[in-house]
Amino acid sequence: MKRLAGYYCFAIATLMLPLLFPDSYYVTVVGVTVCTNIVLAVSLNLLMGYAGQISLGHAAFFGLGAYSSAVLTIKYGMNPWLAMTAGVIAVTVLSYVLSRPILRLKGHYLAMATLGLGIIVHIFFVQADQFTGGPDGISGLPVLSILGYPIDSDLKWYWTFAIFMLASVLFSLNIAHSRSGRALAAVHGSEIAAQMLGVDTAKVKSHVFVFSAVLACITGSLFAHQQDFVSPESFSFFFSIELVTMVVLGGLGSTFGAVIGAILLSLLPEVLLVFEDFEVMIFGAILMVIMIFLPQGLFVAMEETFFRLLKRKSQGSADVTS
Amino acid sequence: MSLLEARNLEKQFGGLKAISGLSFSVPENIIFSVIGPNGAGKTTLFNMLTSIYKPTSGSIFYKGNNITGMPPHKVAGLGITRTFQNLQVFLNMTALENVKVGCHMHSNSGLISAALRLPSVMKEEHRVRKMAMEVLEFCGLGDIADMPASALPYGILKKLEIARALAAQPDLLLMDEPAAGLNDTETMELCDLIVQICQSGITIILVEHNMSLVMEISHHVLVLNYGKLLAQGSPYEIQHNSKVISAYLGGE
Amino acid sequence: MDQLLQFLISGLTVGSIYALVALGFSIIYNASDVVNFAQGEFVMIGAMSAIFLLKGGLPYPLAALCGISITVLVGLALDKLAIEPAKNATVVTTIIITIGASIFLRGVALLIWGKEIYGLPPFTGDKPITIGTATILPQNIWVMVGTAAAVLAVKYFFDKTIMGKAIMACSFNKKAAFLVGINVKQMLLISYGLSAALGASAGILIAPITFMSYGSGVMLGLKGFCAAILGGMGSSMGAVVGGLLLGLIETVGAGFISSGYKDAIAFFVIMLVLFIRPSGILGKAESDRV
Repeated sequence: MKRLAGYYCFAIATLMLPLLFPDSYYVTVVGVTVCTNIVLAVSLNLLMGYAGQISLGHAAFFGLGAYSSAVLTIKYGMNPWLAMTAGVIAVTVLSYVLSRPILRLKGHYLAMATLGLGIIVHIFFVQADQFTGGPDGISGLPVLSILGYPIDSDLKWYWTFAIFMLASVLFSLNIAHSRSGRALAAVHGSEIAAQMLGVDTAKVKSHVFVFSAVLACITGSLFAHQQDFVSPESFSFFFSIELVTMVVLGGLGSTFGAVIGAILLSLLPEVLLVFEDFEVMIFGAILMVIMIFLPQGLFVAMEETFFRLLKRKSQGSADVTS
Repeated sequence: MSLLEARNLEKQFGGLKAISGLSFSVPENIIFSVIGPNGAGKTTLFNMLTSIYKPTSGSIFYKGNNITGMPPHKVAGLGITRTFQNLQVFLNMTALENVKVGCHMHSNSGLISAALRLPSVMKEEHRVRKMAMEVLEFCGLGDIADMPASALPYGILKKLEIARALAAQPDLLLMDEPAAGLNDTETMELCDLIVQICQSGITIILVEHNMSLVMEISHHVLVLNYGKLLAQGSPYEIQHNSKVISAYLGGE
Repeated sequence: MDQLLQFLISGLTVGSIYALVALGFSIIYNASDVVNFAQGEFVMIGAMSAIFLLKGGLPYPLAALCGISITVLVGLALDKLAIEPAKNATVVTTIIITIGASIFLRGVALLIWGKEIYGLPPFTGDKPITIGTATILPQNIWVMVGTAAAVLAVKYFFDKTIMGKAIMACSFNKKAAFLVGINVKQMLLISYGLSAALGASAGILIAPITFMSYGSGVMLGLKGFCAAILGGMGSSMGAVVGGLLLGLIETVGAGFISSGYKDAIAFFVIMLVLFIRPSGILGKAESDRV
């Protein structure tokens, strides 16, 4: 119970929002974007934060999910759920095949390979226009329905995304305190020591790569249906960077860090709207400043300060009583 | 029957022969020490025995099976584990979590069942926690279980690494300079711990520079010099071997 | 055959630019173990400031020189304000810092120069020279000669000058360099300046052939990174070879497959190289030490 106390508060807040502000643009439109980014950041954090493997191409799997749903339903008239499943299978196979050679690499080389993957997939979206509609993208996806109930309003989409997001966050929290989570952290801490304890590090890395890719892929499918439109722009190199920023901004390795990073970065454009032309510059500046002065991330830094204060306070009161 | 046997091991780095023509066998349930001057090839030998390095030639047999070139985690799976000269504690975890990783091979839940936190996972977690706590207490680390490893002093981390290795329930434990950097009291405690581990039925191969420790607890000592076998025998024999004495004192 | 010659000319031209960017990458990487993702922005800033100084009425050579100087100042500022304060940063942290710097610089460029694309006039006329059926522009020759000159100058600097040797010493062992009295901080600063100058030169050389806008630096920077890896991270001559090779592969690939997939070909090649030989063509293999 105590382990998940923070999670329950977060879940209640998420589910209360539309009840308090049912018609707010911030809930039904921004809220969906926030939830999308949270799932993506949390899934990337499994790979980057837990296992310590950087990826600059996470948007590729998000995009593959979105395009499989869009192309298979629009061009081939496939059932939306079937299309989503096909996307998941394709991404599972692709990420599994790529995981071994990619994750054998370390540091800058790993960064380069994942970046390359992201760029290649993005160029494919732009160039394979007989399927993808090219730079203009494609629109007109069928309505997604769950057990016969169509998701046909902004509010229903919010509920769908909120529940999917809360499930993903719970998965991520569960993994942290499990054999698999510890194996991931061991790979992060010292790969050689992990191997000496019988951890098949190549397999562990490969599994988390596939798991995180599949989560991103499902998010992409839902995103495509919700937007009713996909274009390559949403899955560019820059979006991959933005996802990495979310994870690092909140605090690498912390699920709630990723959640906070995703929330902040999704709301930033809404705030920066006022500055318009300054948006790109301010975004870059924030990224630099946080990484230089709080490399452990906002959330983790806050958490540490909080516990330090708590400790000092309890020590203070202990002094009084003695 | 010997537990581990090395036949004609050789390891070259570029033109340099770090180990050459080395054969020896380690009987079950003893403390087997490997000593030699700096650069004699002791750590290279450890890295080959645990498959971190593949020997240039020669082979390693464990319980009668050829394990040469097997992936390191599989070697660990057969019951060989080790500690490191320069600590490889997982600093991103607590002491207890470090030891829990040691239990990896004795539990089996996967990523998906962990994500869903199935009842079997909860049960396993409970069991692993109990196992890890027992090992920590055996090593006298029970009261620091929930401390982050990054906050622990060097001497404790050295012990923690041993505890983590024990949690893997090995038959053969390789220890690379466990006493380096420890003060006298810590070295005494370590000495007792190593003897206790051996008595519990685990064979130990020890690389160590602290000669009084080696001579006190070893059953068998092997001396390496420039990657070659210089001498081997009981501690008494080694202490009185003229070749060993001249290698250490630099005489002719 | 003629087609091949034409590919060779365009391949070596664009490859020269990649080589200069990659050389800049490897100088900074050697000196500070940082992969500078803002390297491409140096190219863009060099070209864009030269373009606008020329428009403002400065004579061409002076505009080019000022363009390079402005970029060098940006490079020095990057080291002083972003890299130096983040000491002891991990690989991931430095990657994000330099990506942040690259976005920031692009944002500033957007504010100053807007979204339009610009070009520079060729250095010496635009009358093509024909060789068989292949044609070569004077600017192509400028790019190749300019690159060769820059590479030789860099090589001379590192091989023959005390300062170059001091920077090399820092790249081998910072602590030892510090102990023999080398000002390590200053050497890092010089590396950033030098690398910015190389980037800016690349930008000014290529701007008459391809157009420039505030966003042009991104792809050039990433390709330069590809070239540096292709040649082996940290090897200066490897970077040059990697750059030229990447330019050739890309041009031939675009010619035979499809120009739309040009950028994908470069990244595909780099991934293959990483899978087969992670240390690059001229790089040394690394191994873990325990």
